[in-house]
Amino acid sequence: MAMPESLYYFIQQLLNGLTVGSTYALIAIGYTMVYGIIGMINFAHGEIYMIGSYIAFIVIAALAMFGIESVPLLIFAAFVISMVVTSAYGYSIERVAYRPLRGGNRLIPLISAIGMSIFLQNLVRIAQGSRDIAMPSLITGGIDIGPQDAFHASLSYMQMIIFAVTLVSMVLLTLFISRSRMGRACRACAEDLKMTNLLGINTNGIIALTFVIGAALAAIAGVLLGMYYGVINPYIGFMAGLKAFTAAVLGGIGSIPGAVLGGLLLGVTEAITAGYFSTEYKDVVAFGLLILILLFRPSGILGRPEVEKV
Amino acid sequence: MIRANLKPAVISAVVVVVLSGLLMGVRLDQDGTNLSLVGAGPDVYWKIAIAATFIFFYNLFRDHLARLWQSMPGMPKTPTQLVEASKKPVLRQLFWCFLIALAILWPFISNRGGTDLATLVLIYVMLGLGLNIVVGLAGLLDLGYVGFYAVGAYGYALLAMYFDIGFWTGLISAGLLAALFGFLLGFPVLRLRGDYLAIVTLGFGEIIRILLNNMTWLTNGPNGIGGIPKPTLFGLEFSRKASEGMQSFHDFVGIDYSSEHRVMFLYLLALLLVLITLFVINRLLRMPIGRAWEALREDEIACRALGINPTAVKLSAFTIGASFAGFAGCFFAARQGFISPESFTFIESAIILAIVVLGGMGSQIGVILAAIIMTILPEMAREFNEYRMLLFGLMMVLMMIWRPQGLLPMNRPHLELRT
Repeated sequence: MAMPESLYYFIQQLLNGLTVGSTYALIAIGYTMVYGIIGMINFAHGEIYMIGSYIAFIVIAALAMFGIESVPLLIFAAFVISMVVTSAYGYSIERVAYRPLRGGNRLIPLISAIGMSIFLQNLVRIAQGSRDIAMPSLITGGIDIGPQDAFHASLSYMQMIIFAVTLVSMVLLTLFISRSRMGRACRACAEDLKMTNLLGINTNGIIALTFVIGAALAAIAGVLLGMYYGVINPYIGFMAGLKAFTAAVLGGIGSIPGAVLGGLLLGVTEAITAGYFSTEYKDVVAFGLLILILLFRPSGILGRPEVEKV
Repeated sequence: MIRANLKPAVISAVVVVVLSGLLMGVRLDQDGTNLSLVGAGPDVYWKIAIAATFIFFYNLFRDHLARLWQSMPGMPKTPTQLVEASKKPVLRQLFWCFLIALAILWPFISNRGGTDLATLVLIYVMLGLGLNIVVGLAGLLDLGYVGFYAVGAYGYALLAMYFDIGFWTGLISAGLLAALFGFLLGFPVLRLRGDYLAIVTLGFGEIIRILLNNMTWLTNGPNGIGGIPKPTLFGLEFSRKASEGMQSFHDFVGIDYSSEHRVMFLYLLALLLVLITLFVINRLLRMPIGRAWEALREDEIACRALGINPTAVKLSAFTIGASFAGFAGCFFAARQGFISPESFTFIESAIILAIVVLGGMGSQIGVILAAIIMTILPEMAREFNEYRMLLFGLMMVLMMIWRPQGLLPMNRPHLELRT
């Protein structure tokens, strides 16, 4: 029995949505972890993702110039170096722009973060130019779903890599958070920062660690999406950051599974909108979804409702 | 002490090299479909080396520097008499009168460029004062303020295009339209906590821009709208030749036509709008609603216990703030004669927010001072145009670290217990 064309079309949109959604989820984890511990929106997080993409392109171009042709090696090097550099960015941003401001008015760190975001965006613009930079795709081909001769959905190897890398990162992160000593300290900080400090845990170190983990995950997303789309410019961080934050809020900010769920949901919603209505309005739909979720379930899908105390 | 600092100093120097080495040391070069790398040139390497060395020595001698800093004589304190005197209402009124007189005389003592720049400053003052209600007084972080500005500007431009209305009707309609948008947006979202509100408003600002860009049938998309009618003075036009059925200003007064008249008129009009804004806000502040805004910012739970409806109070601040953005937008559209979605990006929201924060949240004189600084500095630093936004971002961060209360923080009346 031949399945109708529309079903394959739907499957294709779903796959595209899940691909983008899983990278949103990776970025969203950075927002949600930082928010869970110190209650601030790290507005510069999107720029970290953008820097991750740039470093990946630079590393791949550099290694290709040295005559290294092996694709797995190129990608592996891109991941490692990009994660190292963005971790340094995540750490330094926290150290320079956020740590001195902790404990005051909540608006102050947020404004500092906006300043940091503008600074990083323009730093990259000045250093690398503002035009688009394109890279030929390293990984081509894929598998077809459905009939070969008629309209069918296809899952490219790049998409499979994105799913696999995201999954592995999530599993590693979950293991780290739930099993390791430092992960336990992270959870304790999210529960009660002051108390954790009193118990002799270096909370400053833990906060810096969450920034580093968030930055490394954003770098993974940056490498993946950079290779998937093949085009980057210094302005991609803003929208991606906004989307990822939407995803974090959607799933319930502070909750890591929530961020993943929110990211996937947002990605699929966007892809469906782009596939069935219009590409231009997919951002509008994403923000519309955010407003709707906040209206009916302000704590997000998996978030715990917050009780305000005097 | 130096030895103890050696390790962090080396680490921070290495971090600087890691941060900048790949991202700034090499440049991606696109040649057809080929991607290659080029070195950024020796000057960039020198800059990185200097930055790393500076950070290294800064961290090495950190304790010495801190001690040196403390032993330095502080800023000369303002004499207490002067502080006391500045609190006297008479002197304050005199000061404001002097400021307003200077502002009115400005176009007559300055040249055309100066007047034009001052008009721009006044637009930002108006936007800053409007956002100050929302952020400074009511304590709601609005990152999509430019959305209301766009609604005002496009509201006037579209009404003028389709219904042929004049500037003054347009001004009122644009204000009302922006207020309506503020109300509609605020109604659902103002129940949210502060940070959520920030992101939702940011999303709103983006939605407005995307809609303006894509609803080509209505707004002409990215090409923008041109030929927006200029303001008139009681039906007098500021053009060489008046359109049909109209009279031009220079004919009516009986002087030669000069294009400077229009620039001066626009400036004075902006000044008038700013003064009205200031007046209205000052009155509102003394009304129960204004007190409620500030009370809500200070302690929402206490307000609720006192029977103030937080949503209604926030909504009023949001709506009124939005309406001022609408007025400013309408004036902006009339002054430029051409608008496009390009003028209403997030960076514009960030600049307005920076004006409010730089001035000292809640302080009106601070907002005016900050608007002047933020508009004039980029004009003066034209040769640094490339680095303008970079420095702008850096300044926002440094301001928050050094002086989070702003340049001229608001001193609100308070009682102190004497010991």
